[in-house]
Parts: sequence; C-alpha cells; structure tokens
Amino acid sequence: MTETSTLDAPAPAPVTPPPPGRRPAARRRKGAMKSPSVLLSKAGVTAMLGLATLYTLLPLTWLLLSSTKSREDLFGTNGFALGDEIHLTENLGHLFTADDGVYLRWLLNTVLYAGVGALLASVFGVAAGYAFDKLAFPGKERLFSLVLLGVMVPGTAMAIPLYLLAAKVGLVNTFWGVFIPGLVFPFGVYLARVFSASYVPDEVLEAARMDGAGEFRTFCRIAFPMIAPGFVTIFLFQFTQIWNSFFLPLVMLSDQDLYPVNLGLYVWYSSALTQGHPEDYLLAVVGSLVAVAPLIAIFLMLQRFWKSGMTAGAVK
Amino acid sequence: MASPSARGQRRTAVLLLTPFFGLFAAVTLAPLLYAAWLSLFTTRTSGLGFGGTENVFTGLGNYVRALSDEAFRDGFLVIAVYCAVYIPLMIGGALVLALLLDSGLAKARNFFQLALFLPHAVPGLIAALIWVYLYTPGLSPVIDLLASGGLDINFLSVDNAVFSAANIAVWEWTGYNMVIFYAALQAVPRETLDAAKVDGAGAVRTALSIKVPMIYPAVALAVLFTVIGSIQLFTEPKVIYNASSAIGSSFTPNMYVQTAAFQNNDFGLAAAASLLIALFAAVLSFVVTRISRRGSQS
Repeated sequence: MTETSTLDAPAPAPVTPPPPGRRPAARRRKGAMKSPSVLLSKAGVTAMLGLATLYTLLPLTWLLLSSTKSREDLFGTNGFALGDEIHLTENLGHLFTADDGVYLRWLLNTVLYAGVGALLASVFGVAAGYAFDKLAFPGKERLFSLVLLGVMVPGTAMAIPLYLLAAKVGLVNTFWGVFIPGLVFPFGVYLARVFSASYVPDEVLEAARMDGAGEFRTFCRIAFPMIAPGFVTIFLFQFTQIWNSFFLPLVMLSDQDLYPVNLGLYVWYSSALTQGHPEDYLLAVVGSLVAVAPLIAIFLMLQRFWKSGMTAGAVK
Repeated sequence: MASPSARGQRRTAVLLLTPFFGLFAAVTLAPLLYAAWLSLFTTRTSGLGFGGTENVFTGLGNYVRALSDEAFRDGFLVIAVYCAVYIPLMIGGALVLALLLDSGLAKARNFFQLALFLPHAVPGLIAALIWVYLYTPGLSPVIDLLASGGLDINFLSVDNAVFSAANIAVWEWTGYNMVIFYAALQAVPRETLDAAKVDGAGAVRTALSIKVPMIYPAVALAVLFTVIGSIQLFTEPKVIYNASSAIGSSFTPNMYVQTAAFQNNDFGLAAAASLLIALFAAVLSFVVTRISRRGSQS
C-alpha cells in the first residue's frame, strides 16, 4: 500500500498541474520543510545581521582610527583606513595637557555626577520601591501614580524649570545644580518594585517579623542583599542617564571647571568650528574615544545586569 | 490586633519613602510649579523712560505667544516628520533583527547581539559628534564614497537635517530595542511554535502571525518610550546646528526653549514653552498607551 502511494504520487504532479485551489497549500507545506528563499538560509540570515553590524561598528571604527591620526591625516587620509603615521600617544598627551589639563577634571566631574549621583539615586530608589512592594501604608497606589507621572515627564523639558528654580536659590553654575537633579530616578523606583516582588519572597519577611526583627532592620539586613542584582541594574541605568545628560549641564554651567565630559567635548567641537581652532577637532575626537572606552568596557563586563533591567519593563 | 506590626510598617515606609519623595518634590514638582508661576509674567521695559525693566502679569499671554509663534509650531512639525521617519525604521529594524536572531538560522548570536547593542553604550552627544564628523564634507569618508559613486549629498542642509538626526537616533537605539524584543521572543512558549510548525506555517509566517503578536506589549512599550524621547529631541540637532547653522536655532521645540531663554532672555516665554512640551509629551504618551492597550485587547 505505502509503496504504491509513494510511487504514484510524484508521477502525476509534473504532467498534470494540480487544481488551482490546492496549489498554495502544497507550497506552504513545502515551505515549512525547507526555507523558501535564499534570504532565509543560514548564510542569508547571517549576512543580513552582518550588514547591520557593519552599520553599528563602522562609526566606532572611524573614531578609533581617527584618534590615532595627526591633524593633517585626519583631513587628508581615508577615514576608514590608518593614517600615514600613528599619532595616538601624542594625541593623548595633548588631550590631557590642553587647557591646563582640564579634560581630566571633566572626567572626574563626570564620575562624581554620574557615579556618586547614580549610587545615591539607586539607594533611594530601591528603598522606595521596596516600601511600595512589601509594606502596607495608606495612599500607596496614589503615591505610586505620582512616581509613574515622574517617569512620563520628559527629562529635557525639566531643564529650563530646573534652571529657573536654581537661579532663584543660587545654585546656578554650581556643582549641586547638576548633581542634585541626578539623585531622582522615578523609573528606578518602578524597577525596584518589580525586582523586590520577584527577588524577595514574602515568607522570608514573615519569618523575620515572627522573630521580632524591626521592619527597617529587615530591609537593611535581609531584603536589600536579596535585591542587590536589581540594585546594580538600576545603578547602571541612572549612571548612563546622567552620563548622557547634556541639556541640563549646558544651561546650568558656565564655569569650565564644573563641566562634565559631554559638555567639554561639545565646547571644544564648537570652538573648532566657530573660532577657527582646527586643533580642537582632533581634541574632540580623541576626547570622545577616551570617554567612550570605559563605558564600553563597563557595559561588556556587566551585560547581564543591563539585560535584566531592559527586559523587566517589557516582559511582564 | 496586627496594629503594632502595621504601625511599624507604616513608620518604616515613611522612612524609606522620604528621601526619594523629598528630592522628587525638590527637583520635579517644585521646578514645574515655579516655572508655571513664572510663565504668567513677562518682562517689559518700563514706560517711564528710566530704561529699567519690570515684571508684568500677563496671564496666559506667554502661552498664546508661544503657540502663535510659527517657529515654535514648526518645531513640532519637525518632530512629526522625525517620528514618521525614525520610529518605523528603528522599531521595524529592531524587530527584524530580533526575529533574525530568533529564527534559529543565525550564527554567532552572542557576537551579533553585542555588536548591534554597542552604539547604545556611547553617550548621545558623542554619537552625535561622531556622526556629524561623518556628515562633514572634507572629513567624511562616507561623503567621499558616495561622491565616487556619483551621489552628492549635503547631510547638513535644512531638508536633510531631520533625516541626519534620525539616522543618529536609529544608530543608537536599534540595538537596544532589538535586545528587548529578542528577550521577549525567547519567552514565547516553544509548544506554540511547534504547533505552528505542525500546522505547516513557514518561518516567515510563524514570525508574522505568531511571534510578533506575542511580543506586542514589548513593542508597544518601546514605541511609547521612543515617542517620549522624540519630543525631547535636542542633542543631535544642536550638534548639527553647530556644524551648519542652516537649520536655525529653533529647529526643535527644545531648541526653541533654549533660544528663548538664553539668547532673548525671555524666561516667561521659555517657561511657558517648556510646560507646553511637557504637557504635549504627557498627553501623547497617554494616547499611545490607550491605543496600544486597545490593540493588545483585540
């Protein structure tokens, strides 16, 4: 029986085409067995991903190559090839000595704004998120909707109102004018609530309460260590957010010594264009590379934490 | 009977919430209220001939002034065009890349994930600097390459600036959203996909009619955050403006605010315009949430 059917089946197909109604079905079934086109072959998929990777990596390659060039080579040689001579050490030396070594100061400022700021913001965020998840208090959800409102208010729309208020209280052009706004991270509270719900089992708290441990002690000694991976995630998010911020420092600061790296690079770049300081072109390029390199390193080392934060909001 | 425990919880809640909400009040609520107050006043040179200035109450005058200013309204038009180009390209691109990674056909998946995400580790301003260098004639290998192919494009002209800015944002955000979509795709139950296979669905059909609908919430959330981000557009056009003043100092609403505040010292107008932007963003994100919720229910 089976033999005849397998022998019979191919025979009529080439000779008499199947009735038109049945054809798409037959084709679809065939598509499930093997890929319908070259694009969906292993090589095709990998090639498409490779093309996209070229797009993401070429600008960074340009940055890396340009940082090794002399000023003549920057303008005179192909951007995606090495220059005539490797000038990286001279460029780095120039970068750290330009304007009395102000670049190092910018780096240090950025570490303070972004590092210390994000650290405190994460502590406050985790504390609040834990309270929202695990503690009973009146008006909880109404208060939480205020947090969500904070998530929705666009950050840059706050720059001018913050500037106006800072002008009123005398914080314009001070360290605090940029540092204090970085301490508030509403999305971090939201994330911390999610993390607390998934990392801290209620039974653990029940047991601690049975043992008569105070609520605050329980948070510090038991819950906080359990949320620690989430803490790292929240820290990384706020760290990059502050490191990225540009509009706020731009309006808040006029003293070069208070600049974060972003603003300093922008000023160098602008003066290269407007005041005819072409050497600043190269400074901005090398300065960008030096600022980006540690960020990329941090990201590569801490991938796991990134992903858990990015997907905590999306996969619920 | 649980009252001592309840009191303890309440007291600890106050302790844990106070730092966040204290600072939240200081750097979010207070500035918004203060800006709202300032937006009701305008500075006039006094008519007595002493040459001094005084603050005059104008009610909603600054809001009317901002909304009737063509430069401000054009900024929103620019954002609309920017969104129309950027969001489909970026979200679509991220979705396609995530589906390719998830198709089971890709090699070196971890490498691709990393390489595609990498631009997101670059601060926005530095990304803008790199790209504007790549847009600058005489410096850019891209322009040389296009020119040798007979294409002559001025990336920094008024007409192209929106696309140039959108490209920078696509570069920064596609990989980020791809990672989110890919993670969501991996959470799609294998049984569902196996069932589709048994029913004879091909790879493309499975992707379009099963995988994409299943990760719809993730996509909707990404669109929401992208819209909020787009209204704030500032860094990229600001850097482009530096390289070529062709696009004008009020190209986007945020650039308009900055110009009003620091070139014209018109703080009442700047405050009003800032609040209008924040309001617009809030309304838009409300609408997007509403639409996407309806979409996921149907």
